[in-house]
Amino acid sequence: MSVEKTNSVANRQVVCDVLVEYAGQNRDLVVLTSDSRGSASLANFAEKLPDQLVEVGIAEQNIVSIAAGLAHSGKRPFVASPACFLSMRSIEQIKVDVAYSNTNVKLIGISGGVSYGALGMSHHSLQDIAVTRAIPNLQVLLPADRFETEKMFQALATSDEPAYIRIGRNPVEDCYDSSDYNFEIGKAVTLRNGNDITIVATGETVRIALDASDQLREAGIEARVLNYHTIKPFDSETLLQAASETGKIISIEEHSIYGGLGGAVAEVLSEKTGVSHKIMGMPDEPAITGNAREIFDHYGLNSQGVRKFALEMVKEHVR
Amino acid sequence: MDTTINALEMKAVDIRRSVLTLVKEGETGHTGSDLSCTDILVALYYNILNIDSKDPNDPDRDRYIQSKGHAAEVLWAILADKGFFHESELSTFSKFGSRLIGHPNNKVDGVEMNTGSLGHGLSVSVGIALAAKMDKKPYQTYTLMGDGELAEGSVWEGAMAAAHYKLDNLTAIIDRNGLQITGKSEDVMGMESLRAKFEAFGWHVIDVKDGNSMSELVEAFEAPTKTGKPKLIIAHTTKGKGISFAENQPQWHHKVPSDSEFAKAMEELDVRMEVLANER
Repeated sequence: MSVEKTNSVANRQVVCDVLVEYAGQNRDLVVLTSDSRGSASLANFAEKLPDQLVEVGIAEQNIVSIAAGLAHSGKRPFVASPACFLSMRSIEQIKVDVAYSNTNVKLIGISGGVSYGALGMSHHSLQDIAVTRAIPNLQVLLPADRFETEKMFQALATSDEPAYIRIGRNPVEDCYDSSDYNFEIGKAVTLRNGNDITIVATGETVRIALDASDQLREAGIEARVLNYHTIKPFDSETLLQAASETGKIISIEEHSIYGGLGGAVAEVLSEKTGVSHKIMGMPDEPAITGNAREIFDHYGLNSQGVRKFALEMVKEHVR
Repeated sequence: MDTTINALEMKAVDIRRSVLTLVKEGETGHTGSDLSCTDILVALYYNILNIDSKDPNDPDRDRYIQSKGHAAEVLWAILADKGFFHESELSTFSKFGSRLIGHPNNKVDGVEMNTGSLGHGLSVSVGIALAAKMDKKPYQTYTLMGDGELAEGSVWEGAMAAAHYKLDNLTAIIDRNGLQITGKSEDVMGMESLRAKFEAFGWHVIDVKDGNSMSELVEAFEAPTKTGKPKLIIAHTTKGKGISFAENQPQWHHKVPSDSEFAKAMEELDVRMEVLANER
């Protein structure tokens, strides 16, 4: 699985393909866009299934409430809107109309994290996991690559629970060889075995964790890699097993160091164990601007960064 | 005397009694807001809405979304009276663990959506009405907004979308009592002309001069729709309607009556009921 591939298919493209497929079989599946069909790669959906696409214009509060109304009347709405606006501007509609009223709405935050890196903090979504994770009755998911995106959206197309899914803008390198595997919402995937340290990652940082694990192996360290494609409900069991077997944990995410995957990991560990845990993510400040890769590197969110902390933590432990 | 209207008016007196009892015994509630829209809800629930407490999830039922969720007591009083839950449950209102809380709660049959935060109901109703259009279903969608609520920008997002999607199966009602917690709505945030604003947004607007008049309300609800246009009924109501000392008093927005106020209010309602009985 460590073979490097150059993938040119963005996860958002996969989202569109899966939605076209399922919507073709079920006319209750509808997609809502906020002048965002282009950035969501949903132009193909709009062309093929115009009667199942609802355009609401640039109005994120409205898009969530309308989706809730559609769901209440038996539709299966998928909302596709930039993560930065969807998770902030309409957070109350998400809380009240979707989660509290329990409507089957899938909220797709497109161009998440620092996908729009050069556009500035207004367009970054580095708090979305924290705010959505704190709302009861809302699943939170981030796919690692195109194969996982496919599996995830197949599962979402037939699930009846409200969910927020963050999707990046650019193609990411594959973490899986194919989509021929079992995917289960709420169940973390162990992508690498190892007993020296555990790297917990989600979304686009899973590939980084895998690369770091490969580099660490060269240094004689076996790093376990856990892919948390579902942040909520959080799979405590897989984490606690890794904690007891490896004793050290690094979490890495394209999100503030507060309240995201690192927060979830810390909550479980602090209640149940005494392992050392390094939270790698974005510092508590407006993120520097640039392309996503430059931003990741600037904050050390790359395999070398993980490797550095892992080496420190493992050595410390040995001493 | 129109016996249907007379019966509805008597029902409204009954519901006002229940509202006051709920607020008094629960020691909380939005009395003024409840009394302002009691006649609107009675007209809807006892004359307009196609709903059945025995089949609360009938896919073809009419939908009522109470965007001004804080007037929950009047909704609880009516849903109990209509048999959506047993009237004995009313005594649990606002008590620990009760389903009957200070805002609509969809754990109770008959409540479509949870509301409480203002400015959501119209957009949700747009989604419901749009689903009816997509599925070619005949049901109607109604939503009740307060006038203070119109300061929420999301209301206008919903208003735009309703006209854009030509939702002539959607009726919004504004409980235009002119008051909110702080005082006169026009002083808090001027919003006139509401008619001109909604007409400019593409709505078919009907003003109901006396929004507490049962005959005027029924006439407005029954007025033919204009093809391709959502309908707005601006009901010019009186906040605290039916209780002389609560009428037009902003402090009654969420005031709980004292023992003597409660007794006096009930007396006034008894007198009103007697007058209506004599009109039969």
